[in-house]
Amino acid sequence: MLILHCPYCGVYAEETELHAGGEAHLKRATIGDSDEAFEEYLFMRENKKGVHLERWRHANGCGKWFLCARDTATLEVYGTYPAQTTEPPADIVAAITAKHPGWSWKEKA
Amino acid sequence: MSNAVSALNGQEAKGDVTVRELGLTGMITLRGDFEDENFGAALSQITGAGVPDVRHFVQAGDFTVLWMSPDELLVILPYEKAAETVAAFDAALKGTHFLAVNVSDARALISISGDFANEVLAKLSPVDMSADRFTAGMVRRTRLAQVAAAFWMLPDGSYNLMCFRSVADYAFGLLSTSAKAGKVGAI
Ligand SMILES: [Zn+2]
Repeated sequence: MLILHCPYCGVYAEETELHAGGEAHLKRATIGDSDEAFEEYLFMRENKKGVHLERWRHANGCGKWFLCARDTATLEVYGTYPAQTTEPPADIVAAITAKHPGWSWKEKA
Repeated sequence: MSNAVSALNGQEAKGDVTVRELGLTGMITLRGDFEDENFGAALSQITGAGVPDVRHFVQAGDFTVLWMSPDELLVILPYEKAAETVAAFDAALKGTHFLAVNVSDARALISISGDFANEVLAKLSPVDMSADRFTAGMVRRTRLAQVAAAFWMLPDGSYNLMCFRSVADYAFGLLSTSAKAGKVGAI
């Protein structure tokens, strides 16, 4: 059973209150971008066995989207953080790096 | 004009824990920026209550104001006051980014009272309902078995629960069955 802390209402919500929303930190392709950029944005997703950054929604709760860093294999949760962030915050990166030295997320450190 | 009728028309299941639909009740969804002083001023001028703490409610006279999310409150009030109160919010908050909607007829309100009312809810929701964890004044939006619901604990130890009108019969059935099944004694 996965339990995630909702950064908006403070509840430690178990899985049945949550809705998974796929990969976090996607950058929307826009007018003037190449076909490759649109393909990347629309279809190409990380599919990690290990540390993953994801979107989750506290659907049966406050209704807000938030982001989460967790291990898809062990279900270890490194932390959750508000959706209004374009990259994982320093404390989350530190928590992950402590367990996985040299870890990186796509082009972000 | 047709007569307004609540979802279950006051249906009641009496027992050690009594489950009762509360009949016509005014409910207003109010969204906006809690930090904006206009918002706080309008709220206290119209309801007499301030913005409640996270996952709590405040009562002031006829009004109960419940925290629903970082930008959403629920105002509970007498049914016949709902329309004029929405109009008052519309006037007071004009020009700011807000939303006030009368949802009285879209929701149902159910009371759960009795000495193991917390267990009746604990059996149906993924919420820690032990007496020292969920206390009077708290609000929780969660699920009740398979439907979304919100409930809160009143000063007298009873609970009020809100759900969508379309699932009121289902919610009432769940609660009354859970009450009838009796006390587990685990919390
Ligand atoms: Zn939440």
